Amino acid sequence: MQLYLPIADLPVNVFLVLAMGAAVGFVSGMFGIGGGFLMTPLLIFIGITPAVAVASVASHIAASSFSGALSYWRRRAIDPALASVLLCGGVTGTTLGVWTFTQLRALGQLDLMIALSYVVLLTTVGSLMFSEGLRALMRTRRGALPPRRTHNWIHGLPLKMRFKRSKIYLSVIPVVIVGIVIGFIGAIMGIGGGFILVPIMIYLLRVPTSTVIGTSMVLTVVTMLFATMLHAATNHLVDAVLALILMVGGVTGAQFGARAGQKIRGEQLRLLLGLLILSVGIRFAIELVIQPSDLFTIRELGVSR
Amino acid sequence: MRRMLLAIVIVLLLGGAAQAERLIVSVSNHRVTVTPNYSGEELVLFGSVEKDATTPADRTAYDLVVTVMGPRADMVTRRKERTFGIWINTDYRQFLQVPSYLALFANRPLDAITSPEIARRQQIGLNNVLLTQRVSGDFADVVPNDAFRSAFIRLRTQRGLYREDGSAVTFLTPTLFRTGIPLPAEVPIGTYEVEIKLFANGAFIGKTETAFEIVKVGFEQFVATTARQNGLIYGLATVAMALMTGWMASIVFRKD
Repeated sequence: MQLYLPIADLPVNVFLVLAMGAAVGFVSGMFGIGGGFLMTPLLIFIGITPAVAVASVASHIAASSFSGALSYWRRRAIDPALASVLLCGGVTGTTLGVWTFTQLRALGQLDLMIALSYVVLLTTVGSLMFSEGLRALMRTRRGALPPRRTHNWIHGLPLKMRFKRSKIYLSVIPVVIVGIVIGFIGAIMGIGGGFILVPIMIYLLRVPTSTVIGTSMVLTVVTMLFATMLHAATNHLVDAVLALILMVGGVTGAQFGARAGQKIRGEQLRLLLGLLILSVGIRFAIELVIQPSDLFTIRELGVSR
Repeated sequence: MRRMLLAIVIVLLLGGAAQAERLIVSVSNHRVTVTPNYSGEELVLFGSVEKDATTPADRTAYDLVVTVMGPRADMVTRRKERTFGIWINTDYRQFLQVPSYLALFANRPLDAITSPEIARRQQIGLNNVLLTQRVSGDFADVVPNDAFRSAFIRLRTQRGLYREDGSAVTFLTPTLFRTGIPLPAEVPIGTYEVEIKLFANGAFIGKTETAFEIVKVGFEQFVATTARQNGLIYGLATVAMALMTGWMASIVFRKD
């Protein structure tokens, strides 16, 4: 069944988009991430312009993260204090990100920046995650204990605050900075940033695993909702019809993914996720290096009627 | 209905300038509605060449060029170049108020109808249509083989939005003609101007104009208009939709 997408301005097959949403939802449920880094490239691949893809995926991630966050909230696995400090940074970062997005679009370098950020971020995070997962897997094979966590330089920073539910005593400076960075790249790349945020919170901020995913989901929901608003108000690029199809597919797929994820061991999950992230990054890198089929592109700057 | 339209057109044209030949034209539909499942349509333009007493008796073979121009818009053409091993948009040209849809139809190859000089003056052929560019603060059209200009025309032609066809106009009788105007699925909405130019033995002898309108209707169009005109409300609605979907999912799939 063909459906015309009003903002993306092209007809798509509803079932194809629904299946894409479900597939990405499955992966996101399995790894406990938003899945934006998979959804945005897939949309670009079926012919939707990167700008519309980034803006529309934001609302899709917001929906799937919100359903996740609600269930974590019921299990009291969200740290409200930590979430609000993260959000201060997140909202600032998103505003900066959408502003940069608008500027880059006017300069005609948006598509390039999206592709470059994907290459840099995904190959780095992907290889780090992959190697970490590999090491962890080797350790369990040898039956060794995981290395003990020690305090790092971050815990020496001023402006400390007690986060009761997470049972940590931490400076707000790194938390706000993490929020800004995640909000910024999220708005530009159309990703929730969960796959970067969770490792940062675990390894750098030493947030316990009991609250880390739920709290990171709260940040994702709010920054993505905010990004949707800003993209809609300034760039008029959010395709609500596309977003709705993705949401429906995504939230359904996520439920099955979550069940599948519980059957796989943590190290193997991280290894798989690392591999997945790495391959998306490499795919973008190849695209940048090979010669495009057409060197010229046209963009309409609004029809005067 | 059609006859009445024709009659009105005739009356209107009678008041016009006195010329040796008069052109009387009409399009099959002056208002095309594009619905969500619209997959392209073809309008028909028909008309006749009316001779009068002053027409030279030996003038029998006419040539016609029909130009259809969609709503005008500013467009940017960008060129990628390999920089540091990757392909980057480096150079660009801005096209000012160029037609978003442009079709040139004739009864025989455009370069056979008239001399290159008249073709240029009358903007006959995609190479001769005025496409104004901003060239370092100046506004001008460039030579037809300019890389940006030809790439622009090539890309628009690929999308079916620019076209040139030297066999689209058919003469049913020596003075009665018709042509189809194909409108692809992604046709821009707005007012379309149609210009019909008459040639005889290579000389330009007259022209007439008509117009039609393309409007989009349906839910998709409503969404698109709202997104552009009320971005904030549209954003709020999308946000509400996202929250609703997320909430519904957490209710439906609740495990406990």
